[in-house]
Amino acid sequence: MWLGSGLLLPAPALSGHGTGAGQSALREATPRQSDGKGEHEMRLYAAVAVNGFRRYATYRVATAAGVFTNTVFGFIIAYTFIALWSERPHLGGYDQAQALTFVWVSQALLAACALLGGGFQEELQERIRSGDIAVDLYRPVDLQSWWLASELGRAAFQLLGRGVVPLAVGALAFDLALPADPLTWLAFLLAVFLGIVVGFGVRYLVALCSFWLLDGAGVTLIAGLATTFFSGVLLPLNAFPGGFGEFVRTLPWAAMLQVPVDVLLGRAAGTGLLTALAFQAGWAVALLAAGRALQALATSKAVVQGG
Amino acid sequence: MVDGIRAYGLIVAMWIRSTMAYRASFLMTTAGNFLGSGLDFVAILLMFSHIESLGGFTLAEVALLYGATSTSLGLADLFLGSMDRIGQRVRDGTFDVLMVRPAPVFAQVAADRFALRRLGRISQGAVVLVLGLAGADVVWTPLNVLLIPVMLVSGAVIFGSVFVVGAAFQFWATEAAEVQNSFTYGGNTLLQYPPTVFAKDLVRGVTFVVPLAFVNWLPALRLLGREDPLHLPGWVGLCGPLVAAAMAALAGLAWRTGIRSYRSTGS
Repeated sequence: MWLGSGLLLPAPALSGHGTGAGQSALREATPRQSDGKGEHEMRLYAAVAVNGFRRYATYRVATAAGVFTNTVFGFIIAYTFIALWSERPHLGGYDQAQALTFVWVSQALLAACALLGGGFQEELQERIRSGDIAVDLYRPVDLQSWWLASELGRAAFQLLGRGVVPLAVGALAFDLALPADPLTWLAFLLAVFLGIVVGFGVRYLVALCSFWLLDGAGVTLIAGLATTFFSGVLLPLNAFPGGFGEFVRTLPWAAMLQVPVDVLLGRAAGTGLLTALAFQAGWAVALLAAGRALQALATSKAVVQGG
Repeated sequence: MVDGIRAYGLIVAMWIRSTMAYRASFLMTTAGNFLGSGLDFVAILLMFSHIESLGGFTLAEVALLYGATSTSLGLADLFLGSMDRIGQRVRDGTFDVLMVRPAPVFAQVAADRFALRRLGRISQGAVVLVLGLAGADVVWTPLNVLLIPVMLVSGAVIFGSVFVVGAAFQFWATEAAEVQNSFTYGGNTLLQYPPTVFAKDLVRGVTFVVPLAFVNWLPALRLLGREDPLHLPGWVGLCGPLVAAAMAALAGLAWRTGIRSYRSTGS
């Protein structure tokens, strides 16, 4: 299908020097005088995030190619949704404009939220497989926070670089239900941020499986399929039928795309908005905590690959 | 030509042997490939849990369209799918290695990392195609029976030509591998749905500019005895092989031009 297995990757092959960039971040961020541990750490992770941003910003042609592809897919899916919604108006509580908004926002978030792969996961898996992870664990930084900071930097670039243009084209070509209230957009950005953290949490767990499995291809594949299906990229989760739909909407993948779109569409307003954000934050905290627990288990039990 | 096919066969055999060294991994990734391409169809099934027809087409008719394009794309992907790695090779300089080997470069690039797991997509497409053919109201004439394998092969050649053009394009834009996804996987998504769903101009574009409509839309409409939205004469549905041949020639030209203009990175 249009996602294949990692077809829309933001050219991960282009980014083979990730940790190199990370190391220079560490050097840049080393404080000249000691100004408190907390502040130092904040500056360090901020520098890591900025490097994550810059690293992806380097590949302009790849970004343009990605924008083109997202836009083409946006058009194709938009027409199928128009057909579906004219056959069944108000399917899942969306009107046609809202359904089309879902299409274009999901194309805009595809890269930022790494819904079809991409991001840090393969890189971390490779470091675990090759044994380089031992060096990372020696560094005086927290492994999870390091990767999260780098991932947030990447996502920030891809939100701007690959999100804005497709959404603008979609808004010009179709009638979208975009809100006029800047506060709704702010809430949307917050929901996107939380969605990215949830996505990071899931993929961090998947990557850590490499400590035991060595070849992470199998779990990566299954996790990728789960994200594709349960995030709502193929079909909005509120169009999933009956009890299955209700169940799917409680899973962490719902926090990655469905909740941000619903926040933007104003379907979660007032206390509903708080519930939606709390749902995301709850999954984010739970997954990050699980990641830490698994990491502790991995570093105490598993043997790092030598070589 | 014979040299090329021989080299292609040898490299493919090598990759198959190396894949079979990890048999469990092969089975898992093939199953994943099957499931991954099947998710699209699950989405279509979910859509049809709410509706009776989409753009005037029943589920079985959509399954026919879906199965035909997926099988064709799967075949093209199996034989040429790794060609999009060429940009990577140009960037890191390993393309030079292919140039100095005593075998045609095209065969080497086409067979590079031959992935047998892609049988997953082909078999998934074929299963849906058979279900669609069984369920839909197909006009069973001898010509139409013959049209089915012809449709699959010419569809595969059309998609394969797009893969080759996309690969040739990467000689100039080494990072632009993703653009061709718009035409291959994007085209596949487009063709899974009935042409009546899309705007007329889009249908015209994929009929006359990038002739993806010949992969499955036009032949399938003929199988189903339906008029196409552009009201083209019925024999157009039989033109798949001609269009495929023209596309292949064009792709060959693009490849030659691309490889002539190749300048090594020198690093």
